[in-house]
Amino acid sequence: MKTTNVLLVGVGGQGTVLASKILTKGLIEAGYDVKMSEIHGMSQRGGSVSTQVRFGSEVYSAVIGNGEADILVSFEAMEALRYLYMLKPDGIVITNDVELPSAPITAGLARYPEGVLDEVKSKVKTYVISATRYAEELGNPKVANIILFGALGKILNLDSIDWEKVISTTVKPKFIDINIEAYRLGQKLVGEEYAK
Amino acid sequence: MKQLMSGNEAIARGAYEAGVVFASAYPGTPSTEIVEYLQQYDEVHAEWAINEKVAMETAIGASIAGGRSLAAMKMVGVNVAADPLFTYAYMGVNGGFVFVSADDPGMFSSQNEQDNRYYAKFAKIAMLEPSDPQECKDMTKAAFDISEKYNTTVMIRTTTRVNHGQSLVELGERKEVPLKHYDREMGLSRFDAVPALSRKLRVELEERLAKLEEYSENSEFNYEIWNASNVGVITSGVAYTYAREVFGNNVNYLKLGFTHPLPKKKIKSFADKVEKLYVIEELEPYLEEELKMMGIECIGKELLPNIGELSTSIIKEKILGQKEKLIEYNKDKLVPRPPTLCAGCPHRGFFYELGKIKNIIITSDIGCYGLGGSAPLRAKDTCICMGGSVGTGHGAQFILNKKNNGGRAVAVMGDSTFFHTGMNGVANAVYNKSNEIICILDNRTTGMTGHQDNPGTGFTAHGEPTEIIDIETVVRAFGVKNVKTINPHKLDEVRETLKWAMDLDEVSVIITRYPCALKKYSKADLEEFGPLTHKYYVDEEICIGCKICTKTGCPAINFKIDEKKSSINYDQCAGCSVCSQVCPVDAIKEK
Repeated sequence: MKTTNVLLVGVGGQGTVLASKILTKGLIEAGYDVKMSEIHGMSQRGGSVSTQVRFGSEVYSAVIGNGEADILVSFEAMEALRYLYMLKPDGIVITNDVELPSAPITAGLARYPEGVLDEVKSKVKTYVISATRYAEELGNPKVANIILFGALGKILNLDSIDWEKVISTTVKPKFIDINIEAYRLGQKLVGEEYAK
Repeated sequence: MKQLMSGNEAIARGAYEAGVVFASAYPGTPSTEIVEYLQQYDEVHAEWAINEKVAMETAIGASIAGGRSLAAMKMVGVNVAADPLFTYAYMGVNGGFVFVSADDPGMFSSQNEQDNRYYAKFAKIAMLEPSDPQECKDMTKAAFDISEKYNTTVMIRTTTRVNHGQSLVELGERKEVPLKHYDREMGLSRFDAVPALSRKLRVELEERLAKLEEYSENSEFNYEIWNASNVGVITSGVAYTYAREVFGNNVNYLKLGFTHPLPKKKIKSFADKVEKLYVIEELEPYLEEELKMMGIECIGKELLPNIGELSTSIIKEKILGQKEKLIEYNKDKLVPRPPTLCAGCPHRGFFYELGKIKNIIITSDIGCYGLGGSAPLRAKDTCICMGGSVGTGHGAQFILNKKNNGGRAVAVMGDSTFFHTGMNGVANAVYNKSNEIICILDNRTTGMTGHQDNPGTGFTAHGEPTEIIDIETVVRAFGVKNVKTINPHKLDEVRETLKWAMDLDEVSVIITRYPCALKKYSKADLEEFGPLTHKYYVDEEICIGCKICTKTGCPAINFKIDEKKSSINYDQCAGCSVCSQVCPVDAIKEK
């Protein structure tokens, strides 16, 4: 089985690590060979964070090379463009549309760039999910990551994995319900785009 | 039973299964988690040492007295620990002794990318290079047996992608290893580094290497994978995983896991069987040089770079001539996302004031406060190594005094850095009659590496309460007369204290004392500092759009260019009040 490469990127604090953990857990329980790596050193200081998950029947490297990612999941708009070089030309992007300004922007030295997602959409198949907005509507902006995970789950299309069960056994008990709601919403949102 | 774990967790697991009883480390990415995982096992005592030299020495002491011990550090930490390492290497071991050097190719969070495989060659010790978490566990476990059987220090050399990579690891049971006997005879005949004894041990060292080479030839960690090909690839560490991805079953592999001493016969025999031989390794041509010394023709760094991290893309391009097909897009739009001091960081106010002072050289150091050099604060000139700020400042101050233009050196370090080796610099400054200004930024934790305890926090790695070493008491004991401890969130206090120090012509120490904004406050912290209770907001009616608040670099402050008004993100605001103090029109108010 050919190896599938999933790259998850975002800004420190957005929950990329939790999403990667759930993904890896489910894949391992389903019997895939899985390797994951993270760069999280600067996450708490507002920097970019990324996690790479590779799965298949025989996986050696934990690191995805440039232009080798099958799916890029971005938790923030500009990061989707920043990491686009990691994606195969025929790869897929699933991205949140929230715009988190970086230090030069908050300092008033630059503007948040316009049209980053339009640029991404013009190059590859892209699913834009307003995960943060929907998460706020659900009552907790922190579950944006699980909405995005739901979208990823739908795209991966791995029927043998019960992702809701994996989520329930990974998050804290009092948060299970809202996370399941978030997951289902992500599935539904990307499902609607699929149909277009 | 298999479990998903990182390389670091697997190293800790391997040491645990091998019966390790003592471990010591100084936090350093990418090695930090090793001791954090080890301290979770009841059977293992794992500590934070104040620096890597002491970590190495304590682990050596435990080994001499008969227990299996481990020291862990990032690669520059081995530089600090090199003194005990090189001499203990002559002595062999009593209890098995293993240390981990966690290298950082590509410098994800390090000052350099030195290739520490050369330490094994230089110190004449055994070395293992795991490629993934399973090997991290297997090799660490085996390392203790190798250490005792062949009477040698063993080095486990990892790289960031191995330490922080995760995959499935098969777990085993812990072997309880009885503590070995020790007596005076053993000490005087083996562990006392006087020249007469060292000369004897020197000869034994070479004999030991010969026996280790025999082990290397037969080690389970050095093996061949034959496919139908006349091309051979010799590789080690994480580079092996990249080579497997790129070449698949189209080449034959000699995977080296035990890489000092190298299995020369095995290497020669493999090379003889192939028509073309590539050496796939990251950073320096450590393996390639050995092969060429043996007269073996091979292709390595003539194609592959020795700078930066290796990757499947680089191997594909340089060896197979396959340039990566990347999506072409407009990168000009992208605004960098550099790391910054967190909202509420106690270092912010200090650097804001320090950065305004002219005619100073700020010699800084390694830790979160290193970000004081980032825009817009830019309050930094140098950073060389851990604990180096004070010494650097002293030498610089001497030259500034000679230039006679009123220039001052201001050395900056954190609390953990002070205990690491910053203390030594302070003592030196007093002894050698310096007039440098020394600043110790005490945020009550070792922050950058993830909030580890240190001798100033009052807790050990196991979370047990312990003596607090008080920084002010220590510097006064060194003989510094001019010492002030201040609250870095109070900018007028910072400003006045810096002026006070600049006006002195003797060495002075300024200690800023306030907890890291992300730290989980201890009981003592709450008693001393209390929580920050108010958030701040910008009254846009009063805001004149001067942007002075943005010069503090706080990520919670958002300047809206088009409206020419500042605003504060409520969720991010930590309530430190620094921005409200710099605003010239009092537009920033308490909520």
